[in-house]
Amino acid sequence: MTRVLPVLTVLAGIVAIWYAAAVWMNATWVFDQAQRAGTVVTWSEVIPQTMTQDRPLLPPPHQVGAELWKGLFGQAITSKRSLVYHAYVTFKGTMMGFGLGIIAGVLLAMAIVRFRVMDMSVMPWAIISQTIPIVALAPMIITLSSQLGLQGRDLPKAIIAAYLSFFPVLVSMVKGLRAPDQMQLDLLRTYGAGEWATFLKLRLPASMPYFFASLKVAVAASLVGTIVGELPTGAIEGLGARMLIGSQFGEPLIMWAALFAAAILAGLLILVVGLVERLARMRMGVPA
Amino acid sequence: MSQPVIEAKGLNLVFQTADGPVQALKDVDLVINQGDFVSFIGPSGCGKTTFLRAIAALEHPTGGTLTVNGMSPDEARRMRAYGYVFQAAGLYPWRTIAGNIRLPLEIMGFSRAEQDERTERVLDLVELKGFGKKFPWQLSGGMQQRASIARALAFDADILLMDEPFGALDEIVRDRLNEEVLKLWGRTGKTIGFVTHSIPEAVYLSTKIVVMSPRPGRITDVIDSPLPRERPLDIRDSREFIEIAHRVREGLRAGHQDD
Repeated sequence: MTRVLPVLTVLAGIVAIWYAAAVWMNATWVFDQAQRAGTVVTWSEVIPQTMTQDRPLLPPPHQVGAELWKGLFGQAITSKRSLVYHAYVTFKGTMMGFGLGIIAGVLLAMAIVRFRVMDMSVMPWAIISQTIPIVALAPMIITLSSQLGLQGRDLPKAIIAAYLSFFPVLVSMVKGLRAPDQMQLDLLRTYGAGEWATFLKLRLPASMPYFFASLKVAVAASLVGTIVGELPTGAIEGLGARMLIGSQFGEPLIMWAALFAAAILAGLLILVVGLVERLARMRMGVPA
Repeated sequence: MSQPVIEAKGLNLVFQTADGPVQALKDVDLVINQGDFVSFIGPSGCGKTTFLRAIAALEHPTGGTLTVNGMSPDEARRMRAYGYVFQAAGLYPWRTIAGNIRLPLEIMGFSRAEQDERTERVLDLVELKGFGKKFPWQLSGGMQQRASIARALAFDADILLMDEPFGALDEIVRDRLNEEVLKLWGRTGKTIGFVTHSIPEAVYLSTKIVVMSPRPGRITDVIDSPLPRERPLDIRDSREFIEIAHRVREGLRAGHQDD
């Protein structure tokens, strides 16, 4: 309870501010309507009307909640209108990008730690790659992959997600693989251990805490990448596409519901990664 | 029983540093016989650790000759001639104590059954029986260092090289471990090279004490101890013990006079 209370307090604060903002922002429309009709409205009449608009500037929490509920449970999860379906599409892309990002990050880190040339040549480019806005890059990747004759959007989406998620893995793994100190390396040398044995027995296990710490960042980055990958050029599936449809057709409720579905998905992903991390730490003898 | 195991002749070792070359070892001549317990004592910078590392092929001499079992240090490593114990236990936190001891055995390609058998045996030898399944953080500093000695013993090297193994431990633990090392030495008949900066420790443990001095690192005195191989702790109050300690102190002081 002592842990839940502060969280609930903050949540209550956010909801209160949200309602206040919804009244303030949506009231403009009510006043405009009244003016057009030539009537005068009092605040006690305005407030209820700010809560139930079809296209509010800022939908109040209960409207978003209702739309989210409808999207999640209002129809079969295979329906194109189901947020579960769209979240699954986004989840699939996120996992592909996450996997691709981990592989790319770990392999690059291995090469960078092993070869000085790689450290000097690849590392600066890896850093520069993260300064390019992904929103600008995403359409290019999609166009390019269709030019190359790749069917569907799964692969380009995964590439965009991996583009964001490999970086935290790379940086952490470089640090982690270099974590063993000289004494530990000397010890292995006295056993006549080769480079591969040193990597497997010392560098790799020593890097695991760094690896798992990076996974939480990487999975969140991968989700963002996937959603961005769903935005441009006529995507019809995924939470990113739902957000775009909501904004293009002036349906703020759809947009907000998709936004919250994405937030829930992100929370679940981080929760799962955290669980995996705890299991790994237990296996590696870290005191609980 | 008194075959030479380690022989250094005119050994020189120069480190190239940003501040210019540093003579870590200069004209070191030393013979260590099989079964000897040799301590290297001296102030920091005297090259005692460097010499031990040269024996283990962790540093490479720039002049003179150094042989281990009649081979170069590199060849001796391939023959698994020595086990090395560092100042810190350096146990892998992600492996159990038994897992840590198994590490060199895995790298050297022992069979699983033999790994288990050897691990049991050396755990017994350092009196850590029953601690194999614990993780390092569950053990005291002294126990961790014992585990690291067990790790160095696991593959049956004839030479045990120890670089200030008890330097980070408190005096009471240190006394006990010194006693245990002597017992271990008596039981296994290994040749031991032991770096320390404690005079009582050097005198108590050694059959041969090598006194070194810095700038450049060199040997100033080699004392063959007249103490018997069986050494109870209270031997440290005996006349001979105090005389040897005195000579070591004199040697250390002499090395410092030209500063």
